[in-house]
Parts: sequence; C-alpha cells; structure tokens
Amino acid sequence: MTAILAVRDLHVAIGRRGHAANVLRGASVDVEPGEVRGLVGESGAGKSMLGRAILGLLPANAVITAGTIAFEGRDLLAMPEPERRKLLGRRIALIPQDPMTSLNPVRRVGAQIAAVLSHHLGLSKRQARARAGELLAEVAIREPGRVLDLYPHEISGGMRQRVLIAMAFACNPSLIIADEPTTALDVTVQRQVLQLVERLRQSHGAAILFVTHDLGVVAKICRTMTVLHAGRVLEDGMTADVLARPRHPYTRALLAATPRADRPAEALRPVPPALIESLWSEAHRLDRLADAGLPS
Amino acid sequence: MRWGEIIRRVLLIPPTLAGVGLIVFVLLRVVPGDPIAMMIPPGASAADIARLRALYGLDQPILQQFVVWSGQVLTGDFGRSISLHQRVFELVLARLPATLELALLGTVIAVLLGTVVALIGAYLRGRRAEWAIDGGVGLLLAIPDFLWALILLLLLGVILPVLPISGRIDPQLDIAFGTNFYLIESLLTGRLDVAAALLQHMILPALALALPFAALVARLLKAQLAEAEDQDYAQVARARGFSRPAILLRDVLPNALIPTVALGGVQITLLLGGTVLVERIFSYEGIGNMAIDAVINRDFPLIQGLILTFAVLFIALNLAVDLLVTLLDPRLRHG
Repeated sequence: MTAILAVRDLHVAIGRRGHAANVLRGASVDVEPGEVRGLVGESGAGKSMLGRAILGLLPANAVITAGTIAFEGRDLLAMPEPERRKLLGRRIALIPQDPMTSLNPVRRVGAQIAAVLSHHLGLSKRQARARAGELLAEVAIREPGRVLDLYPHEISGGMRQRVLIAMAFACNPSLIIADEPTTALDVTVQRQVLQLVERLRQSHGAAILFVTHDLGVVAKICRTMTVLHAGRVLEDGMTADVLARPRHPYTRALLAATPRADRPAEALRPVPPALIESLWSEAHRLDRLADAGLPS
Repeated sequence: MRWGEIIRRVLLIPPTLAGVGLIVFVLLRVVPGDPIAMMIPPGASAADIARLRALYGLDQPILQQFVVWSGQVLTGDFGRSISLHQRVFELVLARLPATLELALLGTVIAVLLGTVVALIGAYLRGRRAEWAIDGGVGLLLAIPDFLWALILLLLLGVILPVLPISGRIDPQLDIAFGTNFYLIESLLTGRLDVAAALLQHMILPALALALPFAALVARLLKAQLAEAEDQDYAQVARARGFSRPAILLRDVLPNALIPTVALGGVQITLLLGGTVLVERIFSYEGIGNMAIDAVINRDFPLIQGLILTFAVLFIALNLAVDLLVTLLDPRLRHG
C-alpha cells in the first residue's frame, strides 16, 4: 500500500540565522490510508511541530530547511499556496489541542461549521446549515438544531471538542492530524472523545496522525506508532510490536515511566537523565555535522 | 451590559450634570471677565452699570444665582443669551444639528479610514511595508485636529482652491429645510445635489476632525488584530484552508473590534471637543463656533447652556460605547 502521507527527512529550525535552534532533525513518518498512527514523544520532541509543518502552520520564525512532505504523492512544500489551501480542511483536516481556544468566540457554532462546508464544497447557506446540523448529530450532540445557534462559551469543553471533531470530518478528509486532542479534557470526557474519533474514522475512512505524549492512548487506538525525540525518529513500527518489544532504550524507558493498571505505582521509573543527556548530545553532534556540511 | 448596570448609569446622569453645572457656574463668576463690562457703552454711569447688573441677577451672591438658575433649568428655561438676546435653549437647538452632523461625518470617516489602515497594516505584519504604515499613523496621530484644519484649508482651499473653506452651505443657494439636520434631511428626502453641496462644505472640517481619530483607531485596532490573529481560532482557520484576508475579515476583525471599541470609543469625545476650534477655523455654524463667541462675550447663560449640552453629549457617547461593546461581544450579552 502506498502511504497517503510521506514525511521524508524533515528539518525545521526556529529562530534567526546564526541563532537558529533545530526542532526537527530529519524526521520521517509514513501514514497509510485509513490507518491511525501515533506520534509519540515528550514535550519538545518536535511532534507538534511535525503536525504543524504538514498543515503549513509553523510559527513565523520557523523555517523548513530540508525535506519533503508528500500528501497523496504530491509535495505539499513545493505546491503553490492556493492549491495547498484547497487541500487543507478538505483532504487534510486538523483536530486541535485546546477546544477552549480553538473556536472563534464571537461566531455561532453553526456558522463556523457551515463556513468550512461552503468554502470547500460550495454548499449554499441553507444546505451548509442543514449539513452542519447532521454533523453535530453525528458527533453525538443532542439537540443539534439548538446548538447550531449557540456561541462557543455557551457549551462545555467536551462539546466544543465534539464541534471541532465535526468540523474536521466535515469534508470527508483522507487524513486528519489530531494534535493532542484529549490533553485539555477531563479523563472521563477523554474516553468518549477517543471512541467518537475512532467511530468517525471508521465511518468516514480517514487516516489519522495522532500526536500525543500518552502511550495509553496510543495503545488503545493506534495501529502503528512513531517515537520522536529531539526532532529525530527513534523507533517506528506496529504499536503492538513496539510496546511488547521496544528496541530503542528510550522507548523502553518511556514504557517504564507510563502508569498501567496491571502494575503497582512503585514500579514507575522516570526516564533516566543520563539517557536523555546522551540523546541530546547525539542530536547536537548531528547538528554540528550538518553545520559543517557533512552527511550524518 | 446588564440591565442593572444600565439603570445605575442612567441614575448617575442627573448628579453628574448637576456637578458640571455647578463647576461651570462658579468658575465663570470667580475668574476675571464681566459680561456687563462687555455690554456697556463707554462713559456709562455707575448707577446704569448697577441697574444692568441687577437686571441679569449678577448682583446676587453666587450660590443664590446658582439656585435660581438651577430652578429655571429644571423647568426647561436655560435663560437668555446676554450677547445674542435670544433664548439659550433655542439658540443651542438651532446650532446643535450642524455640529452633530459634522462630528458624525468625522467619526464615520475616521472609523472607515482607521479600519482600512489597520487591516492593511495587520496584513503586512512582519514585512518592511508595515513600518511605513506605522510611521504614517504616528505622523497622523502627532498632528492635532486644528492644525489639520489649517493644513487642509491651505492645501485644498487656497493653494489648490477646489473646496469651499467657510460656512455650512453656499449662501447663494436658497433652500428651505424642515429641520436643522440639513445633510441627513437632504439624504432622506433624496435631494442628492443639496447633499453634495453640503458635503463639499463639510468635508474639510470633517477630515480635520477625523484624521487624528483615524490614526488612533488604526493604531489600536492594528495591535488588537495582531493579537487576535495569534489566537488558536485564527491559526486553526488557516489549517481549514481559508485565505489570510478572509480570516482577517471574518475571524480576526470581529474579535479585535471589541477591545478597540472599549478602549477607543470614548475618545470620540476628543473629536467632539475638537469641533470647537475646527468649526471656528472653517466658520462652520455649529455649537463649537458658538461657544467661542460666547466665551469672548462672557455670555454666562449661553456658556452654561453650551457646556451642559457638551456634557450631555459626552455622557450619551459613553453609554453608547458601552452598549456597542455589549452588542459586539456575545460573552457579555449572555453574561
């Protein structure tokens, strides 16, 4: 099967020339059609940057210094802006991290969903509103007709995340970037949202790149996973294999640091500082090699 | 804004006006300058002066004068103008529409101009052209309205005489109006040629009032636009394939307007205050121009009436701004 998304050797640096810090150091990730891939790493690993690079949402002071991002065989980075905009929101969608800040506070929920539908699918105002109501029903929001006319501050955080999920699936995308979509939610709401995303993925047939630091979530819903650290891919494979037989010492350390129901809390061990240090010094060695123009 | 807040604000209006009235009343009488001295012919006898003084009640103690005046004001009688020999109420009422129309036109120009400049500046964020916008706005902000009045008068009235430089309407035009809102009336009744003639006279003073306020709007709004564009909802909108101009107009602007109106709305009072000098410079027949004559003639009743009028306008503007913020922000509407 050919990958729907192929990120190859992606390098991203942040900051001005001379003071730039590398956040991605040759990361490569594949997502196959319909699969859910977990992108795992600690804070600062570059996992969110990778997601943002795919969506063209890198911060203004970040530059892609090398690499390609191919979506359905076409390089997003080489594509003219208007063409990429036709893909974003329609073929590639985002489920953002924070439902509290990701909806426009002064526009009604229905209008925000309808805007995506009329922008990409050319639906009329009335059609878009009707379809927005159907989408809300699909994400298990009761009284969708009433919720359409509410402002974001009038609904709960869990409901806002459902609205954002409805918007992500609105145009039947083939790839969804889920950027830690459950991090900002209560644990009880988290489970419902994960089940919802999984159900919609199956009915809409989208692939998901699931960015998270939560190995528990990965174990539950991701078929494949990629472990990222300091902007490098350390390990990559079927989730079941990686979790059962981690090859990289960092993955092993991460697993040992993850709470599990079948294990006493005392068995939790933090990732050894020496390991983190050696990973960073390896990353900086690669930076120096790259600066000197040598292949790593 | 909740109903309780609105009622509280309305209840505060009478004491505010009473305070303004008292301060103006007392100040006028303790600072040097005597209306009677302005009226008397040279060589009038001391007895004549005393009789005149008594006629206007100016021989009484200040506090007693104030009580008498306040009582009259409460019955709608603002007294007679000493210099113009007419009822103050009618004088102000006849001139007020001219000032309101001018201030309204100035505000509309300023808001439109300021918004466009702010949007362009926000769109150019991070590029070199942004500096040019910021510099231009700073220059506009640094020049006060009366100086703009003189500059515009010189440029478009004298050096390049394309626009009239004085009055409200061409004196040769003999047009009957039903109200004193000439511009609004002519627009509503479809007399566009009359409206055009009026606008020709109003555009320079309105521009002079508008330019510093436009710069203020541009500066405030541009900063708020930049802040709103960094918010998650604007970023997420980009990931949905919307173009930057579309996001700026539909997502960012409605959010940025809320703090801009809250912070900058009350500054319209500065524009209103600016009418005093600008109307004078363009010999525009409004209450600002009238106020200067009233002060020169030490016309106590007229000054008091005009100051109260300005005070009412300022209070009304403040209330209107708060209502507008509530209207723009759904979180306050339901709050």
